[in-house]
Amino acid sequence: MYKIVDKRQLNKDVDLMVVKAPFVSRKCEPGQFIILRADDNSERIPLTIADYDREEDTVTIIYQVVGYSTQVLRTKEIGESVKDFVGPLGQPSELKKHKRVLGIAGGVGAAPLYPQIKKLHEMGVEVDVIIGGRSDEYIILEDEFKKICHNIYFATNDGSKGKKGFVTDVLNDLLDNGEQYEEVIAIGPLIMMKAVVSITKPLNIPTAVSLNPVMIDGTGMCGGCRVTVGDETKFACVDGPDFDGLLVDFDECMRRQNMYRDQEDHVCRVGLEGGQKNA
Amino acid sequence: MPNMSSEKVKMPEQDPIKRGKNFDEVALGYTLEQAIEEAKRCLQCKTKPCVSGCPVNVPIPEFIKLVEEGKIEEAYKTITKENALPAICGRVCPQESQCEGLCVRAKKGEAVGVGRLERFVADYYMENVKTENEEIEQLDIKVAVVGAGPAGLTCAGELAKKGYKVTVFEALHELGGVLMYGIPEFRLPKALVAKEVQTIIDMGVEINKNVVVGRSITVDELLEEGYKAVFVGSGAGLPKFLGLEGENLNGVYSANEFLTRVNLMKAYDFPSNPTPVKIGKKVAVVGGGNVAMDAARTALRLGAEDVYIVYRRSEEELPARLEEVHHAKEEGIDLKLLNNPTKIIGNDEGWVTGLECIKMELGEPDDSGRRRPKAVEGSEFVLSVDTVVIAIGQSPNPLIRQTTTGLNVEDWGGIIVEEETMETSKDYVYAGGDVVTGAATVILAMGAGKQAAEAIHKKLLELQV
Ligand SMILES: Cc1cc2nc3c(=O)[nH]c(=O)nc-3n(C[C@H](O)[C@H](O)[C@H](O)COP(=O)(O)OP(=O)(O)OC[C@H]3O[C@@H](n4cnc5c(N)ncnc54)[C@H](O)[C@@H]3O)c2cc1C
Ligand SMILES: Cc1cc2nc3c(=O)[nH]c(=O)nc-3n(C[C@H](O)[C@H](O)[C@H](O)COP(=O)(O)OP(=O)(O)OC[C@H]3O[C@@H](n4cnc5c(N)ncnc54)[C@H](O)[C@@H]3O)c2cc1C
Ligand code: SF4
Ligand code: FES
Repeated sequence: MYKIVDKRQLNKDVDLMVVKAPFVSRKCEPGQFIILRADDNSERIPLTIADYDREEDTVTIIYQVVGYSTQVLRTKEIGESVKDFVGPLGQPSELKKHKRVLGIAGGVGAAPLYPQIKKLHEMGVEVDVIIGGRSDEYIILEDEFKKICHNIYFATNDGSKGKKGFVTDVLNDLLDNGEQYEEVIAIGPLIMMKAVVSITKPLNIPTAVSLNPVMIDGTGMCGGCRVTVGDETKFACVDGPDFDGLLVDFDECMRRQNMYRDQEDHVCRVGLEGGQKNA
Repeated sequence: MPNMSSEKVKMPEQDPIKRGKNFDEVALGYTLEQAIEEAKRCLQCKTKPCVSGCPVNVPIPEFIKLVEEGKIEEAYKTITKENALPAICGRVCPQESQCEGLCVRAKKGEAVGVGRLERFVADYYMENVKTENEEIEQLDIKVAVVGAGPAGLTCAGELAKKGYKVTVFEALHELGGVLMYGIPEFRLPKALVAKEVQTIIDMGVEINKNVVVGRSITVDELLEEGYKAVFVGSGAGLPKFLGLEGENLNGVYSANEFLTRVNLMKAYDFPSNPTPVKIGKKVAVVGGGNVAMDAARTALRLGAEDVYIVYRRSEEELPARLEEVHHAKEEGIDLKLLNNPTKIIGNDEGWVTGLECIKMELGEPDDSGRRRPKAVEGSEFVLSVDTVVIAIGQSPNPLIRQTTTGLNVEDWGGIIVEEETMETSKDYVYAGGDVVTGAATVILAMGAGKQAAEAIHKKLLELQV
């Protein structure tokens, strides 16, 4: 069992949780993730390691409540435990000592982006960041990012913070203004990453993305997380989750991610009671 | 009075129509009377041909004699001196090509039901006899075992019996390896695996679940942390794909994903359990081994109406256990033999709609001694299906070989070991089971675990003097 030592709600949909997990905290690097099972009858769900503390043996995760398993996770309080917590999984991000990098985050994508930007900052790289969300309320980690990035821009659907529109609108503005970046790191919904790449690809700006296909084991055993990158099939859990965005087949990813859409809707309707009746 | 019947005492089984709709065990097991009756068929051969076919040398005639005398507890102890997982082996070993294949009675009629008797003894013991643990003299020596499949668990149990402080590191949240996530409930009940695994833990083995060796900690670090030896039993979990067009369409599964969803994550109980599995009306499973049979029969139980096995050779070459092929056919699985898939076809939304296959014929024998299948030109046809499960084999996961210094491996990824000792090219590191042989059998993995335990013991004793 893995004890929850801290927990906070960041907004209506997103929580931050700090979990005691020595095997993970001792080794993890930015870009890696964990898989957890909230309790005995839960799914295995992957979540990026948003932060870690090697001295305290803790790992921070930030999750958006979208369906059954994240709802169960939300019911867990400080002092309680999650049943299983395995990691670190995946390849650490390949962070290069560029002069200038642009980070782009959509929604809860700010969580996985944060450790990468933090590391780049420690490496002496100058980083600008664009954070997008539905509205002001959904922008997370603003203070944390402000401490480590050079410029921070916002985009919200309703214009309640920063530019009214999408992160790609801000990106276009920056590029139009002649800003130069050696690399873009984009993390968020697939549709957002696809839109970012549609801008950076013609300009040949290297763009790293973090893919989140449906996973089970996270160790390369099931093959369910396969994605097409260039002409190759890769397993996101062991070869990724970061990939060269210019080569990713986003349409296939989106299609595969929705494979269980109708069944998941069903569980959500059944709700927590349905799932826990044989807990 | 010996029982000279040419046939085995019949094993009670669930009706094929009924069982195609549930996940309860297919074969129900002997009663005490039936077991004694079957035991009487054994001739107690002095030469014990059956034993030479058993990879872990279970004293077969001895335990059968004890069954005949109704001494089931003694029979259990006789088996478990050599085999720590008899309830599992009695159910899943390919007896027809091991002990029973060499049984004298098989020359005229059916072999003695060694597997069925082994299963009976284990089940009866677990149900009726209270176990007590013997005191073991503890040595202050730590050994690490990677992977809690049959190889790792056997090695751990054997070392614990000798007094070592054994710690098992397992990547998943359950113990048992393929026994838990691969082989379905209707063939190997999970509660039984858990019970049999518990007997090993009760010997004093420490368990660390949710630890992926190579990620959470490396083999090198285990040695640095004071483990005097490491046994790697991480299995062959990496699924092979065919490299066919359309393989990433929605509705195409590796057998591992399909079976893991159903077994480990209990998708058959969806939505009471939250992990879903998508199963269509018409399912094609590609492959001919136990894995393919299991996937096909699982699909049937999840409600598929037509289930095909697509296999490129003929029935004679099917690598699956005889009993599973027999059960699959009884349940109505359609064997499309001498067919090879060439393409997976999908619709505009990216879902599978068909599997294109080409007919095959058998030519001259190849290196494996089996007749080589050849495509019949122009014989392509499309099997209309909405789910495809690829079950053409697994290879070892690269994680450990990539993160361990000085470990020699084959080009296909198997760890290279000394045959006698299971010692790898790296000092104090041993390996066995599917990670060495490629996908094989439970009993061979157990045999390897046992051999490695002996060798580790010998090596560490040498160190002490
Ligand atoms: C490497 C990786 C890192 C991730 N990091 C984060 C993170 O830091 N914060 C965060 O909020 N989310 C993250 N996710 C997504 C997160 O795993 C899903 O939101 C979560 O699994 C949803 O579970 P659910 O039962 O609540 O929702 P469900 O109702 O089951 O599903 C909602 C949607 O979530 C996705 N999903 C469901 N199960 C899985 C699964 N096992 N693996 C991947 N996706 C799944 C599917 O697209 C599905 O349509 C990450 C995913 C991956 C693969
Ligand atoms: C569907 C199916 C049906 C089968 N049917 C039969 C049958 O009827 N009869 C038969 O004899 N054989 C059968 N087999 C084959 C048999 O199950 C295997 O040969 C046997 O399980 C191999 O044992 P193992 O201990 O080497 O590996 P596994 O059983 O694969 O166990 C390996 C364990 O190591 C863990 N692991 C892997 N990597 C790591 C890591 N880096 N760190 C920590 N842990 C790790 C895995 O999670 C797993 O628990 C079947 C296999 C399958 C898939
Ligand atoms: S070969 Fe058959 S008959 Fe002879 S001892 Fe073994 S099981 Fe009995
Ligand atoms: S999650 Fe199973 S192979 Fe990647």
